[in-house]
Parts: sequence; C-alpha cells; structure tokens
Amino acid sequence: MLTKRIIPCLDIKDGRTVKGTNFVDLRDAGDPVELAALYADQGADELVFLDITATNEKRKTLAQLVDRIAHRINIPFTVGGGIASVEDVRILLDSGADKISVNTAAFKNPELIASLASSFGSQCVVLAIDTKKHADNQWYVYLNGGRVATESICEHWAAKGVSLGAGEILLTSMDHDGTKKGFATEITAVVSQTVNVPVIASGGGGIPEHFAEIFDHGADAALAASIFHFKEVMIPELKSFLKSRQISVR
Amino acid sequence: MRIVIIKYNAGNIRSVQIALERQGIFPIISDDPEVIHAADKIIFPGVGEASSAMAYLTERSLDRVIADARQPFLGICLGMQLMCSHSEENDTTCLGIFEENVRKFSTSDNSIKIPQIGWNSITNLKSSLFEGINENSYCYFVHSYFASIGKHTIAQTHYCGEYSASLHKNNFYGVQFHPEKSADVGASIINNFLKIPS
Repeated sequence: MLTKRIIPCLDIKDGRTVKGTNFVDLRDAGDPVELAALYADQGADELVFLDITATNEKRKTLAQLVDRIAHRINIPFTVGGGIASVEDVRILLDSGADKISVNTAAFKNPELIASLASSFGSQCVVLAIDTKKHADNQWYVYLNGGRVATESICEHWAAKGVSLGAGEILLTSMDHDGTKKGFATEITAVVSQTVNVPVIASGGGGIPEHFAEIFDHGADAALAASIFHFKEVMIPELKSFLKSRQISVR
Repeated sequence: MRIVIIKYNAGNIRSVQIALERQGIFPIISDDPEVIHAADKIIFPGVGEASSAMAYLTERSLDRVIADARQPFLGICLGMQLMCSHSEENDTTCLGIFEENVRKFSTSDNSIKIPQIGWNSITNLKSSLFEGINENSYCYFVHSYFASIGKHTIAQTHYCGEYSASLHKNNFYGVQFHPEKSADVGASIINNFLKIPS
C-alpha cells in the first residue's frame, strides 16, 4: 500500500542550514549534509532543501551542495528557491537532485512549468504555492516568500499548474506556518480534491496529532522544519503514532 | 567490474550513477554498442516517455544491443517498461524481452493520485535479486504506467490493483521502483544485482 510521506525541510543559505538546531550529536549541525543523513537514517521519506539566498552567484555553491547530498543520502530529495529557468534546473538535476520546486518564477511565467515538464518530466516538477486566507474566505496566492500578494485563488493556480505539467503541489499556508497549531486542513482538502497529483501540506505541524489530521484531510505528504530540527517531534515516534492511528507509513 | 549505464534521452541516469558511486563503484555512461557489449553488468535506467525513448534507441541500434545482451542486465522504471512487449503510452512497441504489457493506471476513485509517487511495499519476492529483502519491504516509486502480472513477475505491488514491481527472464531483470532512491532496501537490491555472476 502506498504510504503517506513525512518530509523534513532544510533552509539553506550560502551552503549552510539557516535555522539553528539542537542536534548535539552532529559534528556540524550547520552542515545540511549531516542533518540530511540523520533524517534519512531516522526514516524520513524525502527531504526538501530550500535555498533562501538563491542569487545567481550562489548557484555554484548550491550545485556543489546538491552533489554532496546526493552522494550521502539514498532517499529522494527536492531542491527549491529562486529557480527561474530550464538551465537552473538542468544544473541541479545533473548535480543529483531528484526534483525541483518552483514558486514565484512559475507564477510570473507559467510556461516555465510546461518547459520544465517537457524537458525533464512532470515527476521532477514540484509547484510550491504560498497561500493566505482573506476576509472573503478565499485563499490567495502569495509570491516572493510571502511578501507579495496576488489576486489569484490558490486552487485555481494549483489546477493551472498541474494542467501545465506540475507533478506535485507543495502547499504552504502562511496563516499556519510557524504556529505549531496544526496544518491548514481546509485549503489542503480543497487543493487535494481539485488536482489529481499528490499534495504536500506545509505549515503548522506541531504535534503528531496534526499529521494524522492533515492526512485525514487528503494530504499525501506533510512537511515540517523546526519541530524536527529541535527534536520536538522525532520521526520514528511520529511514524509509530501514525501507525497506531491506522495511517499507512513506511 | 565494468558496469555500464546505457545513455539515452531519458532522465534520472545521474541518480543511478551517484547511487553506484555511494557504494564505491564508478560506472561508465555510454551509448556506444562496443562499450556496452564489453560490460560485465549493464544498467538501463530512465524516467521519461516511452515512444520518444524507443525512437531514440532504435535510431542508434541500441534496441538490438539491448536485446542481444548476455550479461546481467537491470532495467529501472521506464527502462523496465521498455523491456516489455508493448506500452499504452503513445501506443509504443517496446523491446519485447518480457512478454508482459505496460498499461496506464486508471481508477474511478478520485482520491487515488496518478502518478503514484512515494513508498509502496513489494510482495511475493521470488528471485536472488531480493535475497535478504523481507516481504512487504518499502521501495520508492514514481510512475503512471505499470507492467501487468505475468510469468516473468518476481515481485508485485498494489496500486489500482496488483502489478509487476519486478520482472526477470534469463539475464534480464527489471524493477519498476527506484532502488537508487529506496534507502537501505534499494542499496541491497543493487548489491544483489551486482553479485549475479556475469
């Protein structure tokens, strides 16, 4: 049976993890490769690396990091952050990334999704969407790391992205991100019913119960960052909990 | 040991190369029939679309090189599908090493996503390729098309019904999942393949 996926996310700047961690057992907690290997050993199903510098001059650093990650871990991983062209993606895939995620550049130039899907296949194109609920009860798409609002409705953009060739949706609720009060069940369920590709829910996971809840609302995978980095939730215990709730996990 | 990965117009070749490098093996990536012919083991990976991949292979006579291989040969994902008789993906005649056919997942259940992406279990393991691998071990899959169950099936998986997770005939092996991305289970399967006598 296909299992639900648990995905730790690492924010990267200049080749180093950004947020602090309290993994005292790591020789170098700032080294994304060390942290990635630890998560892989603990049973993470995939990893996401989000490069928050992602300026052109840093591309080479990122490619070298991706190569080191690929040589160390044996589970799939996605790289995102500032990706704007077919050439950007070619470099990352050639360095060993399995998938890439696109966000702002894809919104501004939706044909980018089609170009990436035809060049490399939909399976490696993840469309990341940051969204926030407005007073009219609709969820809107935000760009540039959540700093720029748009007038696009979240599920409409998700559907368009999938029709252009996106193979997965990474859906982050800005209203929930960082709260640790649970994932955005409402919009996750809507997007999951709207598109026929897997949906990764992101933002708000604080305790194992939240993961069970979002899987019950149609998420195919759930992503979190600091609760894993700070050992507030350990992946083996999280998976045991989900199994006890009859949710299929690896 | 000389391991050759067949180079063609499909993705994911680099991931397989790196997986071998993780085990200290440095494969040759080639589309040269002589280099492929001289290999001790051949790996045929790939993600992509069946008809354009077959057209590319046929144009360079790699279809014959593959069919004539006598070394242990491992097709991965699209590679395995191309080793079957026929694929529904753009109605493509494939290499015909395995008699099984490749069809598209279909379901009336809207909650089932296509492609299948993620970890699924493999069962009814029937080959030395799976030596030391437990029934119901999890492997990583990414695909919209699947090979039906047939006489060459040596492992199966359930998604919209049962299908072949792995096929075997003589020196030819195929796996639908990605052993290069399937954690320790995948690494063991790759090792088992490398142990098959040439």
